[in-house]
Amino acid sequence: MTGWFEAHDGHDGHDDREGRAGHGDRDGYDSRDGHDSWDGGAGHGDRDGRGGGVGDGVPGGGGGHGPVPRIPTPRASVEDGGLPLSGLADLGDLAPVPLDLSHDVLKSLLGAWALAACSAAETAAVEEHLGGCGSCADEARRLREAVGLLHQPESLDLDPSLRTRVLESCLGRRPPRIPVPDWAAPYDAEAARLDALLQDFGDAEWHAPVRLRWFEADLPTSRPTTVAGVIAHLLAVDGLVATALGLPDPLAEAAGAAEPGTLGPAGRTEAYWRASHLPPASPHPSGGNGPLPLRSVRGPWREQSHGLVRTVSFTGGHAGGLTVPYGDFSLPLHDAMLDRAFECWVHAEDIAEAVDYPYPPPAPRHLNRMIDLAARLLPTVLAGRRRAGLSEPGRRTPHLVPAGAPGRSLRLEIEGAAGGEWLIPLDSPAAVGSADLEVAHVALDGVEFCRLAAGHVSPEDAAVGQGGDRRAIRDVLYAAASLSRM
Amino acid sequence: MAGKDAPPRWDRKMQQRLARGEAAALGELYDRFASLVHSLAHRVLGDERAADAVTREVFAHVWEHPETYDPKQGPLRSWVAAVTHRVAVQRLRDREEREQPRREELESTVRRASVAARADFIVHSMPAPLRAALDSAYFQRRDYRQTAADLGVTEDEARRRLRLGLQLLSTAHDTGTPPGYRGAV
Repeated sequence: MTGWFEAHDGHDGHDDREGRAGHGDRDGYDSRDGHDSWDGGAGHGDRDGRGGGVGDGVPGGGGGHGPVPRIPTPRASVEDGGLPLSGLADLGDLAPVPLDLSHDVLKSLLGAWALAACSAAETAAVEEHLGGCGSCADEARRLREAVGLLHQPESLDLDPSLRTRVLESCLGRRPPRIPVPDWAAPYDAEAARLDALLQDFGDAEWHAPVRLRWFEADLPTSRPTTVAGVIAHLLAVDGLVATALGLPDPLAEAAGAAEPGTLGPAGRTEAYWRASHLPPASPHPSGGNGPLPLRSVRGPWREQSHGLVRTVSFTGGHAGGLTVPYGDFSLPLHDAMLDRAFECWVHAEDIAEAVDYPYPPPAPRHLNRMIDLAARLLPTVLAGRRRAGLSEPGRRTPHLVPAGAPGRSLRLEIEGAAGGEWLIPLDSPAAVGSADLEVAHVALDGVEFCRLAAGHVSPEDAAVGQGGDRRAIRDVLYAAASLSRM
Repeated sequence: MAGKDAPPRWDRKMQQRLARGEAAALGELYDRFASLVHSLAHRVLGDERAADAVTREVFAHVWEHPETYDPKQGPLRSWVAAVTHRVAVQRLRDREEREQPRREELESTVRRASVAARADFIVHSMPAPLRAALDSAYFQRRDYRQTAADLGVTEDEARRRLRLGLQLLSTAHDTGTPPGYRGAV
């Protein structure tokens, strides 16, 4: 390998900083003079590596648009919109004076030229040289064609439902000996969907501002961060489950934090942000220079999410009786995995909104399980709110009922494919929901209910059909909103 | 290109987990290779639904016959790509047979797909420094000076890596296998 990097009598006197102006915009074909003078049959590469159409970037694929340049023009310039250009000031200098460079230096620039990764002055010098140097022109053509092969297959948008279909068809043909438990399937699917969303993200997207929103003390609360900050948040809180399973704690690894075990979701997130120098809302770095480590949070998050699915598969269908401590409360492992699936989806939606991508809700059967978890948590939350004086007990009925006895209930009717009905006992988590003792009825769409439970829509604003005891309805809707947290 | 280099250990472990019937391993395999499989299939067949079907068939094959992969023969990625190519080309030939083929078109499609598969192989097996330079200049859209700074090398070195990386990649257009990237320089 060292042979490839042998010393080169390159010239290193470049201090021109023209930036990279002069290649036209990212998606357009630049046909300014100087580019069209090369003729001959190679097709243009797919400049962005996106789309991956048949024949892109392959010889012979360039037919059909007028005179085809023999040597494709360099890929369109890299600066796409939002990023500040280092050389904006030089944009007026569209016809830079070609530099006087030696043949060897020009030759050494061919790769950078083909990738549109040299300055405008160097580009001009290379192109002038190609007119008179056959061997460099041959190589230039070859390298330009090679750029067309640098597509990124990973960046193709696969239909997320294809994953489910492919896996199901495989598992139908050969049943797994170690299946992914039903209660972990939503997390598996949501993590895969979010990862697919992150696939194409460049620095601009990783820095896009996102506002985490939740309800605290019955009021909407929020915290500004970035897309990278959201993934760090998911990584840090998923770490609670990882730790409970005996997997490495990402927080301990990032922060060397003394007592990560005592922190809840918010504390862990803040600690992780501090440790990884993730500003809660980083302004876009000026000039975009320097390596940006933020995207590096994706790998650890994905690795951990794969690790969680792999590990819970070995706990068996009953989650081995494990519980996951969340700081001031805890959840059985199977519920914690549903909770993490829910959070993954909710934050994926936050991210998608921040970068203006569409993001559909989870598969109905997964959404149904998330709703079921929220419905099952409501009685305990109601009791906690009652103790905290945030809601009133029913007046005419004793609010303490014996464990297992039917109690005053609210019928929660969730509409849509993920829907169903849940009877929520209002006066004690130990009571059993009872249709006979139904005092109120609310009906709402599954996604709307989840937005409520995520603290993304307030109880007053939620589109809810309702009937019966209005205080009970109010209590339940506020209890649902208070399920949300950072 | 964002993915890490898959060490042979990951490949062997994945094979063992698949053989053991671990559904979670199948999910991870899909997450790592589905885009590769789908895009290769799409390049051969030029149609989304056919590519979906090939993707299903390829993963089913790997899931049902993980033992047919031999880690000594090369990376799992290359094997998956080879299985994809075979399945997709077979499907293309079947289809063309039904539809009165234009022989040259068929062969040129197959040839283009082979070039793309070789390019994928070259990118994934070239020395890491070259790949990092191409990644920086092409995917991160950095110029060669920024690339040099990011990689902590001189500007000369950055230019050289970009050129060598493309020279290797350009051998994908040469017919004959294996890619033999060493012959490129």
